Amino acid sequence: MNLTLYSINAFILLDSEGHRVLAKYYRPKALEAMGMGAGDLNTLKDQKAFEKGLWQKTKKAGGEIILYDGKLAVYKHSLDLIFYFIGGASENELILASALNAFVDALSLLLRNQLEKPAVLENLDVFLLCLDETIDDGIIMDTDSTAIASRVSRPRPDTTDIVINEQTIMNAYQTVKERMVQRIGQF
Amino acid sequence: MASFALSFQSKRDDESGLSAFYNNKTTIIQEARVFNESPISPRKCRALLTRIVYLLYVGETFGTQEATDLFFGTTKLFQHKDSALRQAVYLGIKELAASAEDVIMVTSSIMKDMQPNSEVIYRPNSIRALCRIIDPSMVQGVERFFKAAIVDRNPAIASAALVSAYHLFPLAKDVVKRWVNEAQEAVNAKASTSFFGASSGGYLGFGGNASNQQAAQTIQSTSYIVQYHALGLLYLIRQQDRMAITKMIQQLGGGKSGSSSVLKNPMALCMLIRYAAKIMEEDPNMQRQIFEMLEFWLRHKSDMVNYEAARIICEMRGVTAAQLSKPIAVLQLFLSSPKPVLKFAATRTLASVALTHPASVAACNVDLESLIADPNRSVATYAITTLLKTGNEASVDRLMKTITGFMSEISDEFKVIIVDAIRSLCLKFPNKHASMLGFLSGVLRDEGGYDFKRAVVDAIIDMIKFIGECKEQALSHLCEFIEDCEFTKLSVRILHLLGMEGPKSPQPTKFIRFIYNRVVLENATVRAAAVSSLAKFGVNSADEKFRASIGVLLNRCLDDVDDEVRDRAALFLKTFTAQPLAEVYIKDDSVFSLAALESKLVAYVKDPEAAAEPLDVSAVPKISRAQAAQDAARPSTLDTIGVPTTSKVSDAPPPPSIEETRSVYAAQLAAVENFADYGPVVNSSTSPAQLTESETEYQVTCVKHIFKEHIVFQFNVSNTLPDTVLENVVIIMSPQSEDCGLTEDFILDVPSLSAASSPSIVYVSFTRDSPEEYATASFSCLMKFVSKEVDPSTGEPEEEGYEDEYQLEDAELSAGGDYIIPSYTTFGAEWDRLRGGATATETFALSAMESLKAACDSIIEVLNMEALGGTEAPQSTSVHTLNLSGIVSGGGGKVLARCRMTFAKGQGVTLELNVRGEKQEACNLVLAAVGG
Repeated sequence: MNLTLYSINAFILLDSEGHRVLAKYYRPKALEAMGMGAGDLNTLKDQKAFEKGLWQKTKKAGGEIILYDGKLAVYKHSLDLIFYFIGGASENELILASALNAFVDALSLLLRNQLEKPAVLENLDVFLLCLDETIDDGIIMDTDSTAIASRVSRPRPDTTDIVINEQTIMNAYQTVKERMVQRIGQF
Repeated sequence: MASFALSFQSKRDDESGLSAFYNNKTTIIQEARVFNESPISPRKCRALLTRIVYLLYVGETFGTQEATDLFFGTTKLFQHKDSALRQAVYLGIKELAASAEDVIMVTSSIMKDMQPNSEVIYRPNSIRALCRIIDPSMVQGVERFFKAAIVDRNPAIASAALVSAYHLFPLAKDVVKRWVNEAQEAVNAKASTSFFGASSGGYLGFGGNASNQQAAQTIQSTSYIVQYHALGLLYLIRQQDRMAITKMIQQLGGGKSGSSSVLKNPMALCMLIRYAAKIMEEDPNMQRQIFEMLEFWLRHKSDMVNYEAARIICEMRGVTAAQLSKPIAVLQLFLSSPKPVLKFAATRTLASVALTHPASVAACNVDLESLIADPNRSVATYAITTLLKTGNEASVDRLMKTITGFMSEISDEFKVIIVDAIRSLCLKFPNKHASMLGFLSGVLRDEGGYDFKRAVVDAIIDMIKFIGECKEQALSHLCEFIEDCEFTKLSVRILHLLGMEGPKSPQPTKFIRFIYNRVVLENATVRAAAVSSLAKFGVNSADEKFRASIGVLLNRCLDDVDDEVRDRAALFLKTFTAQPLAEVYIKDDSVFSLAALESKLVAYVKDPEAAAEPLDVSAVPKISRAQAAQDAARPSTLDTIGVPTTSKVSDAPPPPSIEETRSVYAAQLAAVENFADYGPVVNSSTSPAQLTESETEYQVTCVKHIFKEHIVFQFNVSNTLPDTVLENVVIIMSPQSEDCGLTEDFILDVPSLSAASSPSIVYVSFTRDSPEEYATASFSCLMKFVSKEVDPSTGEPEEEGYEDEYQLEDAELSAGGDYIIPSYTTFGAEWDRLRGGATATETFALSAMESLKAACDSIIEVLNMEALGGTEAPQSTSVHTLNLSGIVSGGGGKVLARCRMTFAKGQGVTLELNVRGEKQEACNLVLAAVGG
């Protein structure tokens, strides 16, 4: 029975081919000081092997939860990405799930529902801060997705250099297109 | 439009290249100079910080110097006020702090952001970063900030402070402990929503200040998550104090009515439930009260809380069927939920409950059946294994069909679970063995790792062992399996099994082809096993022609490239012609007791002097194969169904085996200098003899250690009186008869014995006057000591004490318990072999015995020897022969006893005891044991 607040062992983000987009394995120092070792998966090699095996078992949508390699993994598919929270085998499944839901909901608020690999890589700063506001070294910080999202700051363009290039034009075009689609959808 | 599509395509290409670009550590370290640019570009710096963190998250590592450089680069950014940049800086600091040096230098910069009056979005971030860089000795310096932050009205700040305190606790226990009142206040913070609703409006009202506006943009959390963090910290601080925790649970649990529950965060309640469960486990007095609370939580409005409570009740030690009905009803509701996580949680818990209380879970069978085709394979697997345990014989076939359908889609771990469930099912419903064996042989052909294949092979082997009818069929499935088996270990096991079971089958010839194929096709290990297996067929067959064919096959193996294979073939060919050899090398049914052999070997290796002589294996007791199988028996199949539950972890470790206790004794004795020159321990009694009643104030047990020339009595003395200390505890042993062949050497006393230091050991050592004889005696024991009261105020014993003594029960030194070890052997052959050895015969009239069975039991108990060939259970009521075998420790060698008994009403049992052994003393010892 886990009597500590350290309930999340790792966050993993894999793409549709099972490659790591990014992953954070939490090793709280405090847990080690309490004499509870952080367990396995300490080396990159072990982690990658774990992720590969996990992906094999979870690549099909519609599972949301699995017990893999003695660890509880809750996961969510989103287009070309899979989000995982990993917890100990004895963890309350619903706690893990609520943390994952909070994170994914907050992220989709921040990325305007574009939970796909290009959008995530483009907004990595927002993504990483969002993760940091959800989990702090294995402790769930909050499960209120709107609060999490509102705590993530967005970069403000430097007033000195506003670049107009292909990318910004593309973004403008995308925005216009989205708005149009929304408007049309309303009628 | 076309050009847009085109450029869109190229943009995609760029992105795949993006990751490689981001991955480049060198580029990033070079680009870190943007930190030094003036004026600082917040956008660029934030982008670079993001890339640093990203690098770490994809698995890159920075060296200490690199990390330190980057870390101090980021600290320059504190000059810039941009909050978007500052948040990124804090993330960077957190991630780099682990590998960088001298991180403590930025403390003052961070502290500025922690100021209570700064209403910036990044104040929580600064608090959380601080705990990564701070030195334990400096925690005291920030105490004021933390105390204020913990009770801050903004939940983000309070949570950040609480979580940071949580991280800091092991490093600075004493300081963090002082924040207990603030944490308590944070738990009790009520009506937070209403306050925050008002406050955010208030911020807007202030308007003018830019940073204030930023704070106003953030939406306050409504999840009451602060309670979760505060409760966690409170528990961490108080966990050693069970009374405080109990009180906390009573307060926060809201008593029986629960109406005034303070805790609104479901995760906080889950933690409270876990704390309560721990208290309940440790303190039986609280059991009823906490159980009532758990039942109340089963009706809480949050699924999470219901589930936690239900799970805790299900995992409770010694839970009754009545107690289970409510939690199982809750779990049953989850089964029909559309959410996979709920279904998973419920089925997982039910599967583990079904191990112990299948009848209680049976109520959910209908719901479980609807889940066996669930898209989440884990849910389906748990549902099926549960059904396999709760279901009846009729549903087996249908279940098997469903399982076969999705075996390929689930992970190996679940396959093992299912195979184990089926194994236990086979034993439960032997009539269904046909369909189950079909299933097992089917999955044996599937892809799978070693653990999975081993589970299947184990299951089939169990079926062979326990279900006679399927033996033929199962063996032929295994034969097919080894035709194409990539696991050497499994091939060897199966070949061995074929060698044991095959010759007994009506048509042994059909196995030969499979086995010989292995000789042709496999690696050396498997070939050697195949040769042994073939030989068993040859030796055990009465058919001359068949034997000759085996001989031909073995002759071919003589040309093998591997030594072991050739040697085995040659050995077995020899046994074909020399029957006595076959008896010893192939048909012999006894094996060494592995535990005894191990401890013997350990002692041998540890003692440098012993290396001069080869190890004497004759002193190692033997056991029959059946016994060995029993010893090594896998845990009951039902237990192995690997449903991971927390309760398993908390279970007490299994009682130590005899050999383990022996090695503990040996280590204890080795620590006493006086015994250093006694040599190795020859034998120690298997279990301590009680010399007192179990409820008395002083408790004494006795263990005897036999050395080559000495005997040491070890008295474990416990003082159960907490307010007295016994000093100079000795045990005076006086033999009942003067002439016992033992001379007392010395007594090692216990200088001071309190309740806390109990049990302590008093040793009494004797010298064996003539070591080749086996002295037996009975000693009356008297414990003498000085009793002193403990002063309750100081905890120190008082000056004055009084001498006291305490009469113990007698300690016996007897043949059975102390010299003879049971050992298995083939009685007939051994009895004949010892014909020329030492022998002794005597007739006894055991008039008190009321039956032959009673006589057998008491003889076995007195002699502590192994009864052979089922002779411990007399078939006739008037005449019986009991055959016994044992080893006399200390070089006494083997000793066999044949007890011929007759029984007549009125006269009791007449016993003719015939002992043969390797040494005369050993035979005399056996006679004396019965006679005495």
